[in-house]
Amino acid sequence: MTLNNGYPTTTVIGLEVHVQLKTDTKLFCGCSTEFGAPPNTQVCPVCLGFPGALPVMNDAAIELSIRAGLAIDCSIPPMTKWDRKQYFYPDSPKGYQISQFDLPICADGFLEIPDPANPDRTRRLGIIRAHLEEDAGKSMHDEAAGRSDTRIDLNRCGTPLLEIVSQPDMRSSAEAKAYLLELKLRMTHLGISDCEMQQGSLRVDANVNLHIDVDGKKIATPIVEVKNMNSFRAVERAIEYEIDRQYDLWEETGKTIDDESKTTRGWDDGAGTTFLQREKEESADYRYFPDPDLLPIRLPIERIEAAKASLGELPGALRTRLESQYGIKPYDADVIVNQGPELIAYFEEAASVSGDGKRTSAWIQQDVMRTMKDRGIGIGDFPVAAGLLGGLLKRVAGGELDTARARDVLAHMVENGTSVDAAVSALGIESVDGGELESLCKELLAANPQVAEDFNAGKQQAVGSLIGQAKKKNPNANPQQVRETLIRMLQESAGNA
Amino acid sequence: MLDSALEILRLQSAGEATAVEIAGAALDAIEASQPTINAFTHVDRETALAAAAVVDAKRAAGGKLGSLAGVPVAVKDVLCTRDMPTTCSSKMLKDFRPPYDAGVVERLRAADAVIVGKTNMDEFAMGASTESSAFGVTRNPWDTTRIPGGSSGGAAACVAAGTVPLSLGTDTGGSIRQPAAMCGVTGLKPTYGRVSRYGLIAFASSLDQVGPIAWSVPDVALMLQAIAGYDHRDSTSLNIDISHYTDVLSSSDLRGLKIGILRDSMDRDGVEDSVRKATMDAAGVFESIGAEIVEIDLPHTDYWVPTYYVIAPSEASSNLSRYDGAHYGHRSTDSSNSDKLGPLVTSYCRSRAEGFGDEVKRRIMVGTYALSEGYADQYYSQALKVRRLIKGDYDAAFSQVDLLLGPVTPTPAFPLGSKIDDPIQMYLCDLFTVGANLAGVPAISLPAGVDASGLPVAIQLQAPVLEESRLLFAGAAFQTATDHHKRRPK
Repeated sequence: MTLNNGYPTTTVIGLEVHVQLKTDTKLFCGCSTEFGAPPNTQVCPVCLGFPGALPVMNDAAIELSIRAGLAIDCSIPPMTKWDRKQYFYPDSPKGYQISQFDLPICADGFLEIPDPANPDRTRRLGIIRAHLEEDAGKSMHDEAAGRSDTRIDLNRCGTPLLEIVSQPDMRSSAEAKAYLLELKLRMTHLGISDCEMQQGSLRVDANVNLHIDVDGKKIATPIVEVKNMNSFRAVERAIEYEIDRQYDLWEETGKTIDDESKTTRGWDDGAGTTFLQREKEESADYRYFPDPDLLPIRLPIERIEAAKASLGELPGALRTRLESQYGIKPYDADVIVNQGPELIAYFEEAASVSGDGKRTSAWIQQDVMRTMKDRGIGIGDFPVAAGLLGGLLKRVAGGELDTARARDVLAHMVENGTSVDAAVSALGIESVDGGELESLCKELLAANPQVAEDFNAGKQQAVGSLIGQAKKKNPNANPQQVRETLIRMLQESAGNA
Repeated sequence: MLDSALEILRLQSAGEATAVEIAGAALDAIEASQPTINAFTHVDRETALAAAAVVDAKRAAGGKLGSLAGVPVAVKDVLCTRDMPTTCSSKMLKDFRPPYDAGVVERLRAADAVIVGKTNMDEFAMGASTESSAFGVTRNPWDTTRIPGGSSGGAAACVAAGTVPLSLGTDTGGSIRQPAAMCGVTGLKPTYGRVSRYGLIAFASSLDQVGPIAWSVPDVALMLQAIAGYDHRDSTSLNIDISHYTDVLSSSDLRGLKIGILRDSMDRDGVEDSVRKATMDAAGVFESIGAEIVEIDLPHTDYWVPTYYVIAPSEASSNLSRYDGAHYGHRSTDSSNSDKLGPLVTSYCRSRAEGFGDEVKRRIMVGTYALSEGYADQYYSQALKVRRLIKGDYDAAFSQVDLLLGPVTPTPAFPLGSKIDDPIQMYLCDLFTVGANLAGVPAISLPAGVDASGLPVAIQLQAPVLEESRLLFAGAAFQTATDHHKRRPK
């Protein structure tokens, strides 16, 4: 890539993603992890670090971490342990954070993403490690009216986080976004995390710098870490901003990675800029050491194998299978897979009953998902079972029902929770037999001689105006059949003329 | 005398005394001893008498009584109690009222013990003399010009002073055994993980263990029985059935038992003759009651103290981080701002400077240094490696012998103030005791005589992991054969 008409430049991006694990209780105590409770109501002596209180491992967090690691092709070591990371921070009650230092629970994985620069190819992005740690509390700064109060909510203290650290393998903001999307998909697909960025259950730090090729010599700009971004859009924009800023700054000052250590910047979404947070990142000394309150955790191979077996199909494999098995497009397969396991199962059942994967995919993406969105419900609460939707679509595929009537039927089923038959009869839909259709068409052609003229003049679309009239006279008339009959009659009469 | 828990239990069941009468006597004795001994940081007469009254009522109603029903018990002030302050004898926590009981305190209450108060200690359990308490020194009942040992100095002195029959101490590097030795009482450090650390305010988490102090082995066994066992709230707690500690106490015959005597370590500089003699005499006693005595060596004994004084301060520096005046502990009222650091860091610094005493600060500094980048490999990681070697020594020794016999302390109780300004001399008080903590094995201190000036001298027995029964069995036999534990201060 060439920037500012200047030297060829490679962007180097590594992401650190904090994923909040979907456990009912915190990492080391029984407090609830539910989001949004009144401040300091989900706390106990353990997560508050009371003198004398001791942490006790939540095994569910270990299980989810193993699943997460397997989902990103990490190896799970036979033993993992806990370390203390020491630093004074107002919303960290113990004065240290329980984390993992040299033996993280997941190591050395990768994530394959579609290459944003070339849809026919994929990119394999390395993952260095993923480690478990407890979250800190939340400081709320109230600086209104000249005050400088800080209020601290410790509900979040001790919530389990999995920090997934990538290799600096991404080369564009689009790749970073694709990486995050794929990561989020796998985590939500496996029920590891909600990945709700608004609620902070997925948080991203991006490490960015440039490698500038000056006449064959590679010059690296100082690394910048942009902290705590709360949307994928923000990550993309911040990276784009940094690419420009770092290039300009290099042109202006000539400073390289050798002249300046890593700095930390924040992202101002409103202004669309990053801003300096810590001028000179001192190499912080966290004084890690093994937490003597927690024993190392053995992870027997049987446990890893069992977790592996329980994962089922991962999104990538699922997409490929849906495409080939149901003949749907990659885009449609992607949409369905993105909706998560429940909707995938719904689709598969409906498609196998209807015998028409494409139609089923279209209906689910349009009618079903719109209804879910309107009602704010998940597929689990959708009132029409997959088999019933499949049955309805089978009739559409077989020509028994036209699309518009089928929509009415589905709407009726959604409202009343009835079967297809019940909805059809409630709506007074009957199939129209051939003779009835013939006389209807004959009648319409007689009343609209202009249509025949236009048709004979080569305007085949002229019959279109009659289809609406046919529906008015008999709502059960299938538009496709009406069209075919009209054209046949017109061709016959033209042939006879 | 109300100096035996077993006797107190007998008196009550025989109807010769009520729990309230016994608690009252203990409280009176405490009150009388406080001005001279100062073993307690907190005593609450009303609460204690009320607890005793509950026991009496229960007994009158024919209810099932716990194993320590109506026995007055003192608890070291490092263990959380929800109805009493828990200060660690520090200005830092002088106002701390925990909202919960430590696991051991729960068990004492469940056993119907009457908790009379909290005992004085070296600040945050760091020290060997109880001189670093923010609540003043505790004095040795045998000679009030001398220290009672530490850090469970109050816990040992309150038993030695005859105020309560049982007390709970904690032992990180010898803090039960060393004061027990210096106060002429019996103290047991259980296997690491045998007794719950939940609610024990941590000094060095991988070494700390709670244990009983009493005059004699049967009382120690009784208390251990009440406090030992698995606690799901402590991840290092051992989920293994507890033994019947009180079943092994009537023996006076140790035939078949092989005891290794740690002679090499006794011949070090600074070990007084009285200590050496008491150990050799004890070996004779054990032989006379059937045990086989062999000489044995733990090769890395020289590294015990240095290893301990890297690991313990490292963990302490971390465990004590939370006391910054914002989260927990004393908060400085000095609000003058330091331009350089900003208000938050200034507040942390001032609060910690005011709240902690010298010894605690010294260890936080040592530990911070030992864990810091560039030094962790040299000190902390190295200490962990040596710790493994020390454990290996114990394993090798216990493949040859059943118990290890040696001294507890290099000297009897020393005069107040004599070592307080010389930390290295103070640390050497732990010469014989820290090995058991580093290896996690149980060890007991037993009175074994007096020196020329009448000060108690003790011996230590150490056993393999979870072999508390063996310690109690041999200790009881020793006390059956000797009268050292029956001697009382004047």
